[in-house]
Amino acid sequence: MTEHAESRFNIQLGNALTWNVQPILHEIRHALRRLLDSDQSSIIDLRSIPLAPGEEETLLDTLGSGEVHARLNALGPSEIYETRFAGVWLVTHYNAANNVIGRFIEITRLPDILQSQTEDMAAALEQLQRELENDPG
Amino acid sequence: MTKDLSRQDRTLGEALRGQGISRRSFLKFCAATASMMALPPAMIPTIAQALEKAKKPSVIWLSFQECTGCTESLTRAQAATIENLIFDAISLDYHHTLQAASGHAAEAAREAAMKEHDGQYLLVVDGSIPLGNPGYSTIAGISNVDMLTDTAKGAAAIISVGSCAAFGGIANAKPDPTGAVAVSAIIKDKPIINVPGCPPIPGVLTGVLTHFLTFGAIPELDHLGRPVAFFGQSIHDRCYRRPFYDRGLFAETFDDEGARQGWCLFKLGCKGPSTYNACATMKWNGGVSFPIEAGHPCIGCSEPHFWDGGGFYKALSMPTGNVSENAVYAAAGAAVGAVAVSALNRAKKKKATEAHEEVTVDDLTK
Repeated sequence: MTEHAESRFNIQLGNALTWNVQPILHEIRHALRRLLDSDQSSIIDLRSIPLAPGEEETLLDTLGSGEVHARLNALGPSEIYETRFAGVWLVTHYNAANNVIGRFIEITRLPDILQSQTEDMAAALEQLQRELENDPG
Repeated sequence: MTKDLSRQDRTLGEALRGQGISRRSFLKFCAATASMMALPPAMIPTIAQALEKAKKPSVIWLSFQECTGCTESLTRAQAATIENLIFDAISLDYHHTLQAASGHAAEAAREAAMKEHDGQYLLVVDGSIPLGNPGYSTIAGISNVDMLTDTAKGAAAIISVGSCAAFGGIANAKPDPTGAVAVSAIIKDKPIINVPGCPPIPGVLTGVLTHFLTFGAIPELDHLGRPVAFFGQSIHDRCYRRPFYDRGLFAETFDDEGARQGWCLFKLGCKGPSTYNACATMKWNGGVSFPIEAGHPCIGCSEPHFWDGGGFYKALSMPTGNVSENAVYAAAGAAVGAVAVSALNRAKKKKATEAHEEVTVDDLTK
């Protein structure tokens, strides 16, 4: 565990914690059950839940990482990976300055944002057609 | 499937795609915005659908007695970033700093936009309005108060950006030479959203615009007309230095050991406890930092009359105004009396000089 300036004054210990890590893990467990039973996806916005410094780290360490790791380049990077629990994904959005602008735990088969979008595919089709027309060779 | 998209007919989604923003980027924007506005993530598809279909709203931006700091904070003439994407999605039909037109052409553009989108355009105002003498601030010969009342008539809603438009701001500070007032002091019959701050955080205006476009309604406002989503909590309640406050660990000067350790800045004049804004959570410059994190006390810039709040470097617990003139304190000989305070400051100054420290609180307060 890295040494923080605050630790000299015991800021991190005792009543400074929110104790929200376990409840979130249980919420994930319920959501995964729901996904298996009725194919219903859920999203948890980590920024909406108060977490003391170090608690988010604990949560993410517990979830770990699994087989899939994807990187999005859309108005800044986004990191999407399946945790060591299949069906539980971590989606982190960064802006162009690499600051976190959103962090979600998605309990789903595949996060929506990873899928190719209809409008983008339609535009891609037009472009491909144009390029093939312009370059018969 | 190519659609001939003339500027007026385009929806917001089509306009963004026309600028090369992929739908995936758009979804990322919706997710980040939902998170920022504290909306449940289940609403992200709803936001995406609503914004996709929204007509590009016409926005008329009137600048009155302002320093242009709000425009500087909120808009950038560079490629779309996730935070300012919404500004590429609006039709900014009039803006002194950003528009290409000038003179009569500019005013004609404003009047044309007002007529074409009557009842539907968003009016954004920065800067205060002088009522002492309308001649103090005019645009194309039209006084601010006349231009405001005229342009507000056909607006769907008004957003007062910055503390000047929201509360009167620096022009309104003592001795208020121009009789400067807020937008809400003049316009009484339109919904007004106050987005104060000197300047406001860019993401706050983005959030307000997105809310308006998604729901077609103004967000929930507090008693000062500010969106509760961003101004509902005090800086103090979200400050990362709060544990130091709770344990009575304060920086006494700007470069003592406490300051170096990042202790609470209450004694150096931090107005965090009485200031409501999103600085401690959203932060500035894309979430890099905010004044307290940089070592400077909060000056309370999103509150009314913060310029006259008793001094940026006087602790909230100190009496405002000139203590030596306050007979009650001198007579009572209380611990916070003029004599005690100045004696304390003199002692600190002597110690600081001996320790070769640069600046003390006493040097900064007059």
